[in-house]
Amino acid sequence: MQADALSGGFANAPIDAAHAFRHIMQVMAQPGRIETVTGGTPPAPLSQAAGIVLLTLCDPETPVFLAPSRDTQAVRDWITFHTGAPFSGAAEAAFAVGTWDELSGLPFPIGTAEYPDRSTTLIVECDALSNTGATLRGPGIKDSATLSLPETAAFQANAKLFPLGLDHFLTAGDQVAALPRTTKVS
Amino acid sequence: MTDYNFAYLDEQTKRMIRRAILKGLAIPGYQVPFASREMPMPYGWGTGGVQVSAAVLMPEDTFKVIDQGADDTTNAVSIRRFFQKTAGVAVTEATAKASVIQTRHRIPEEDLREDQILVYQVPIPEPLRFLEPSEVETRKMHSLEEYGLMHVKLYEDISQHGAIATAYAYPVKVEGRYVMDPSPIPKFDNPKLEMAAIQLFGAGREQRIYAVPPYSKVVSLDFEDFPFEASKADHPCDLCGATDSYLDELIVDDDGGRLFMCSDTDYCQGRRAAGHVGAQGVPIEEDAA
Amino acid sequence: MYVAVKGGERAIDNAHAWLAEERRGDASVDELSVPQIREQLKLAVNRVMAEGSLYDPDLAALAIKQARGDLIEAIFLIRAYRTTLPRFGGSVPIETEAMACDRRVSATFKDAPGGQMLGPTFDYTHRLLDFKLAAEGDVPAAEEAEARDAQTPHIMSFLDREGLIQPETDSDTTPPDLTRTPLELPATRDLRLQSLTRGDEGFILGMAYSTQRGYARNHAFVAELRIGVVPVEMDIPELGFAIEIGEIEVTECETVNQFQGSKTQPPQFTRGYGLVFGMSERKAISMALVDRALRWKELGEDNLGAPAQDEEFVLYHADNIQATGFLEHIKLPHYVDFQSELELIRKLRREAQANTAPQTDTSDASGGSLSGKMKEAAE
Repeated sequence: MQADALSGGFANAPIDAAHAFRHIMQVMAQPGRIETVTGGTPPAPLSQAAGIVLLTLCDPETPVFLAPSRDTQAVRDWITFHTGAPFSGAAEAAFAVGTWDELSGLPFPIGTAEYPDRSTTLIVECDALSNTGATLRGPGIKDSATLSLPETAAFQANAKLFPLGLDHFLTAGDQVAALPRTTKVS
Repeated sequence: MTDYNFAYLDEQTKRMIRRAILKGLAIPGYQVPFASREMPMPYGWGTGGVQVSAAVLMPEDTFKVIDQGADDTTNAVSIRRFFQKTAGVAVTEATAKASVIQTRHRIPEEDLREDQILVYQVPIPEPLRFLEPSEVETRKMHSLEEYGLMHVKLYEDISQHGAIATAYAYPVKVEGRYVMDPSPIPKFDNPKLEMAAIQLFGAGREQRIYAVPPYSKVVSLDFEDFPFEASKADHPCDLCGATDSYLDELIVDDDGGRLFMCSDTDYCQGRRAAGHVGAQGVPIEEDAA
Repeated sequence: MYVAVKGGERAIDNAHAWLAEERRGDASVDELSVPQIREQLKLAVNRVMAEGSLYDPDLAALAIKQARGDLIEAIFLIRAYRTTLPRFGGSVPIETEAMACDRRVSATFKDAPGGQMLGPTFDYTHRLLDFKLAAEGDVPAAEEAEARDAQTPHIMSFLDREGLIQPETDSDTTPPDLTRTPLELPATRDLRLQSLTRGDEGFILGMAYSTQRGYARNHAFVAELRIGVVPVEMDIPELGFAIEIGEIEVTECETVNQFQGSKTQPPQFTRGYGLVFGMSERKAISMALVDRALRWKELGEDNLGAPAQDEEFVLYHADNIQATGFLEHIKLPHYVDFQSELELIRKLRREAQANTAPQTDTSDASGGSLSGKMKEAAE
């Protein structure tokens, strides 16, 4: 394990995690909303926002799938040291991190009819996030919102699975947004 | 309370609750199972709401707790003190000043904003429970969207009483999919469930968390010929004169004389401070004296 | 003119101060010490440890003192404390065969290796109040025998050798933890046993008794009941082996129940199992009976609709902390809900009376006067 795996976690976990979670919850509750998160610095190529989502939500109970571009020894060591989360294939993942090209189409669990919550949450690494592009409608959105999405068709198909489906965080640098399964994209 | 973590719960427990909250927001009205912890207050007394609040609170928050709409109810006082001690948060009785509001049985009269979070204490999260006692069966019914039993129950009310005999915990359908128990709020509050704030519901003993994101569609179940009606006592508040607020009924003398006052004590106080006086009220300076 | 009632905060403070005073009782009587409770009310301490799921006699004794002897309240204190404790890991399964038995009886064999040993039991005491105890006299020492060095084999193992008892195979899986994962049905047997050992003694006893009276009767004999101290070991990854971290007292009950079998399989006896912290014999036997009743499905028996066969019913209602909290919460304010029902019932009555207007004078007096009052108040 590299020595820098030991750094870059939350300095004051209870407080840093509380701050980060508030933003994470707000973006999931209001699709299209973009928030800045701070308090953790993961090793490249993991974005700061993706790292903070992992720090806030992952522990030994949540298997994490790393797509090839994020699957480096430094990232693995960092996640192991700071969260204790085990690594898994796509089919067992509670969380998955990677670019959209890497994650799209993988066999992630979408939940079951009786337990639709047992689906993977994807952390989609983007180059940038902005309130432009696709139009979003659905719960959490007053009329409509806009968000720069990597594509629309896959998210439309995902929404059709409701109440099953995947939920997504979109991350770029220190910014995070979310797209739950309920959001209708056009 | 230096022996305990910020907001009492350990970080792993908070993460587990936070994950459940996010899935709840992603599937509005669906009850997410969570491993409720044993809290230092009894089950049935708000342990679900307390765990949800503990998982969302930040040190900068301003916290308000109401029970029956009032900040001064003993259990509300007890929960407010708990978080003052364990999270060191500021507390308030003013709805507008609160960033997180934990409630039992009411939605504040004042409209809530996008930057506010309303946490409900829920005793029985399963709206179908009193029609079907088995969890295995009700889970199946939700998965199949099989809600006929609920409509039969409401319709039996109508044939027996001429009206739907559910006055509180009145079932709603969220975003056209899950039938949800809005917790035992009076049905007067049901229309307010469509709001700008994030609504989180915690049931500790029954180990369920569910959520309604801002601006979600929340429809009270009804029939075309018997539409849902949000009713309240046909009376203005005797203290502040409000005609639009939900009222408590008090017995004020040995002859059984009644007085009606706002159940939302902050709302009533605010109106009285603005100079409104009800039939049996006094201007606010006199009361304080 | 009406001034709103306030003072919730002060009421709470005053109530708690009064509670502290009542807890102490008459100050001219000596105060109970925690060691006194631990040593002299040991069975109460055991129950609090068992249902609190925390093996710590001193803390259990403290909880009993703080709870003024209300054991469910004491269990609650222990549970709430337990949740906050960090977890360093899990122990390896205890070996009850290695138990230093204080008591060991079998109802199925007159004698067996290790023998029958009554131990410190209430059995065969005549239940006559002993007024000498009121005088706080010293107790003469009981006779002692040499401790047994060899392991005491389980009675069941002898039936096992003959193939007479349905076998249980070891599994290396870690049982789920009821306090860390939400209960999901159908539950596995390890989870059911966990729920039963934490469950309310009175509830489990009542459920077990119902099976004896015919609600899913399963013809149980106590093959063996043993009480004593067993070592607890924990694997230390750094060392690569398990070391003993302490000892706990437990009660284990194995029942042998009527057999199952089929045309292809010769009949075999079946088992029920109970394991409880401390000397908790009534609970361990009850647990074994309820465990056996809940196994109807895996043993290919009929569902007779008996309460003790209904896993969901038993598991959801066995926990006295959940039950007492929810039961007692109905004393909390419900003004708002009650008010909404008041409005509704008044409305329904108004409509009903309007429909039968000519007969309103003959309606019952109390109802009439209530609505009269309400009308006045409303004016």
